[in-house]
Amino acid sequence: MDQTKDIVLTIPAEAQYVGVVRLTVSGIANRLGFHYDDIEDIKLAVAEACTNAVDHAYKELECQGRVMVTFRIFGDRLEIRVKDEGNSFDIETVKKKSGPIESHLPFTTMRERGLGLHLMETLMDHVDIQVGKGVVVTLTKFIQRDEVDRDVNPPAKTESHG
Amino acid sequence: MDVSIREKKQSEQIVTLIVSGEVDAFTAPQLREKLMPLCQKMREVHLNLSQVDYMDSTALGVLIGAYKQLRSRKGRLVLTGMTPRLKRLFRITGLTEVIDIEEDGA
Repeated sequence: MDQTKDIVLTIPAEAQYVGVVRLTVSGIANRLGFHYDDIEDIKLAVAEACTNAVDHAYKELECQGRVMVTFRIFGDRLEIRVKDEGNSFDIETVKKKSGPIESHLPFTTMRERGLGLHLMETLMDHVDIQVGKGVVVTLTKFIQRDEVDRDVNPPAKTESHG
Repeated sequence: MDVSIREKKQSEQIVTLIVSGEVDAFTAPQLREKLMPLCQKMREVHLNLSQVDYMDSTALGVLIGAYKQLRSRKGRLVLTGMTPRLKRLFRITGLTEVIDIEEDGA
């Protein structure tokens, strides 16, 4: 893969900068031809990964950390890698606590956290989490080519060539 | 990238908060600060979300906290003005099954 075409963004690990990543990914996904709903999904998933890094990675550490976001563009998909160099975590424990709200359980046991990973997994086509020195979350979304819409309005397309 | 919250008292026991803008990890604390004291004293808290452009899991966490607080006092949290985007978010997270959502005009 030609890494020179990667788009790289580094932000301070603070909640106020996650919005910058959101704007950036929205611009990139728009340019790649993703649909509005997909762009919104990608924005949210990427923001969740960044928020996790901001919240957990540098807690209890002396240094003010950074979060590195790499956007890699393929012909059929967009891959976003969110990397921090802070505290790692036990991915299995986190996964066990993740998932949607279960309405049959007593309301007092409802979790106020843990929806982020569930959202990432639902909104993206693929989510990979590597835990080592820090955490690397790789999110992938495929571009849906719009065959259906093209079939719906064929006359408009042919007329426009006149 | 900001949130604004307007408070509208409906009666002694019912209050509406009109939220607009983006509610994320950065702005959610503002919503929590405004919402939680109301959940501790009002019977019903209505949240009008029609002007919310963006909401993340931190914001959902604040709503869950508010819901639990009200529920423990036999109160009620009601969401109105849900955009298709927010409806999708609530469906995915299972919150549609739990929190009262009123369709517009209801």
